[in-house]
Amino acid sequence: MSDMKPYEFTIAQAADMLRRHELTSQTLTRSVLDRIHAVEDKVGAFITILDESAMEQAVSADVLISEGRGGVLTGIPIGIKDLICTEGIRTTCASRMLEHFIPPYDATVIRKLKAAGAVMVGKLNMDEFAMGASTENSAFKPTHNPWDLSRIPGGSSGGSAAAVAADMCLGSLGSDTGGSIRQPSSHCGVVGMKPTYGRISRFGLVAFASSLDQIGPITKDTRDCALLMNALAGYDSMDSTSVPEPVPDYTSFLSGDLKGMVAGIPKEYHASQGLDPEVAAAVRQAVQTLEHLGVRCVEVSLPHTAYAVAVYYVIAPCEASSNLARYDGVKYGFRDVSAESLMDMYRNTRSKGFGPEVQRRILLGTYSLSSGYYDAYYGKASRVRTLIMEDFKAAFKTCDVLLSPVAPTPAYPIGQHIDDPLTMYLSDIFTLSANLAGIPGMSVPCGFTEQGLPIGLQLMGPHFSEGNLLKVAWHFEQSTDFHKRKATL
Amino acid sequence: MKISKEEVIHVADLARIELDASAVEKFSHQLGAILEYVDTLNQLDTSGVNPTSHAISRSNAFREDTVCAHLPAERALANAPDKDETTFLVPRIIGG
Repeated sequence: MSDMKPYEFTIAQAADMLRRHELTSQTLTRSVLDRIHAVEDKVGAFITILDESAMEQAVSADVLISEGRGGVLTGIPIGIKDLICTEGIRTTCASRMLEHFIPPYDATVIRKLKAAGAVMVGKLNMDEFAMGASTENSAFKPTHNPWDLSRIPGGSSGGSAAAVAADMCLGSLGSDTGGSIRQPSSHCGVVGMKPTYGRISRFGLVAFASSLDQIGPITKDTRDCALLMNALAGYDSMDSTSVPEPVPDYTSFLSGDLKGMVAGIPKEYHASQGLDPEVAAAVRQAVQTLEHLGVRCVEVSLPHTAYAVAVYYVIAPCEASSNLARYDGVKYGFRDVSAESLMDMYRNTRSKGFGPEVQRRILLGTYSLSSGYYDAYYGKASRVRTLIMEDFKAAFKTCDVLLSPVAPTPAYPIGQHIDDPLTMYLSDIFTLSANLAGIPGMSVPCGFTEQGLPIGLQLMGPHFSEGNLLKVAWHFEQSTDFHKRKATL
Repeated sequence: MKISKEEVIHVADLARIELDASAVEKFSHQLGAILEYVDTLNQLDTSGVNPTSHAISRSNAFREDTVCAHLPAERALANAPDKDETTFLVPRIIGG
């Protein structure tokens, strides 16, 4: 490790050195902040950089560590997707609507990270209100993929994935409503987990689609993912949908072997139209690697896969149109002050405050929920959602984990699909179903295209099987080096 | 088209969003394409299938009715675009 710069460390490496007093959090945090300032012009991962408060937190962390009171995250620089509320620190959701919004409280995950002594280096770029899969929908700027700056980093947690890939933080938090952690992690060559619905508190997460949203970690490898899961998971009385299920030590799964593990290969995913041949080949190779490690692979069927995109793009906009009704220019956020009547104030505020993709989804949701259409759209989609859940239940009778691509193609050039929402939506085909069924899903680096773009392997499992996913991913990492490769900036 | 310009204007009105003519045109085209795609759901017979609103359904999460930490008015008002000491202010609603 001696030739590595501090900002290049994984969380586990840095934590070891901090504990052995071979590194201070101030040195580490300074190194990360310098790295951010050196490459931010190229990557555009951050909306807010917290130079001053990060160094203050690093000083406090060093005191804790010197007193022997530090934990594994104490002094570790972390980035936060800018839709997770941070007390006293601007939280914009990458929207003009919340450009100057300063939350009066911390999200539960932030409270937990602070209690663990983590250092918050900044707030990360995203698609506006998490609506999008490319981070091009940010009202402020696009984020660039560190592996090829002309390409998207994926989205909506594009800033969170790009920042980890570019060593601008040791780990980050994202949120995943239809793939928004897994897909950018795949495109940026990092590890990302969407936990089971209810596993991590959503209190303080700005709502997009409440029955689908889930916070999760993005990290440089699987061990770091387990370390962040340990800190984030658990019941929270402030989130009535959080689940009082005991939290295991996720690092305890990173051992042993994979003998007896059965992996399902969903035939509909692998036969999907539009699946890039290089992605298909990398995933096939990953399946073989796991077979060599003792995993038994069986073909399974998820017969309603083809309907997931349609179900999602009814349910998510319906929930979004309802959640985003709160942005009316009254209590917080942007207000258009030119209007003289209340109704004009609402209309002008929402028309000027929301970008086109957010408006599109609000309109789609409002239409689907409107009188005469509710049963045909929301009602129908909710029933097909049940069928999608039953597909997974049936599949998990014969296997422990499902293996598939994360995204049908590698990262595409910025601007390629911006005026074609349906094509963008169709590229979410492999990730949406996990949100609809509430199951955990993970992306692990499993290869590169000839052009050098990262490819991710998706692992999905039954509710609360995060430990099992981490176990498979960790063993995969032990026999491959894709997660160790770095983008050159 | 699956959704007419008049319907787009109506829905935008319900959602309190003002659209200019070119936005109406664009959204009616884009929303139409999405809704046509959504119609593929009608290939499935869902009679007898229960709807799912939450993947992990929990019944009511009860707690004791005790006073918990809450925001003081001053902090709750801190982000308001217009306010006085204790209330949010909005444009006049009644009369002139």
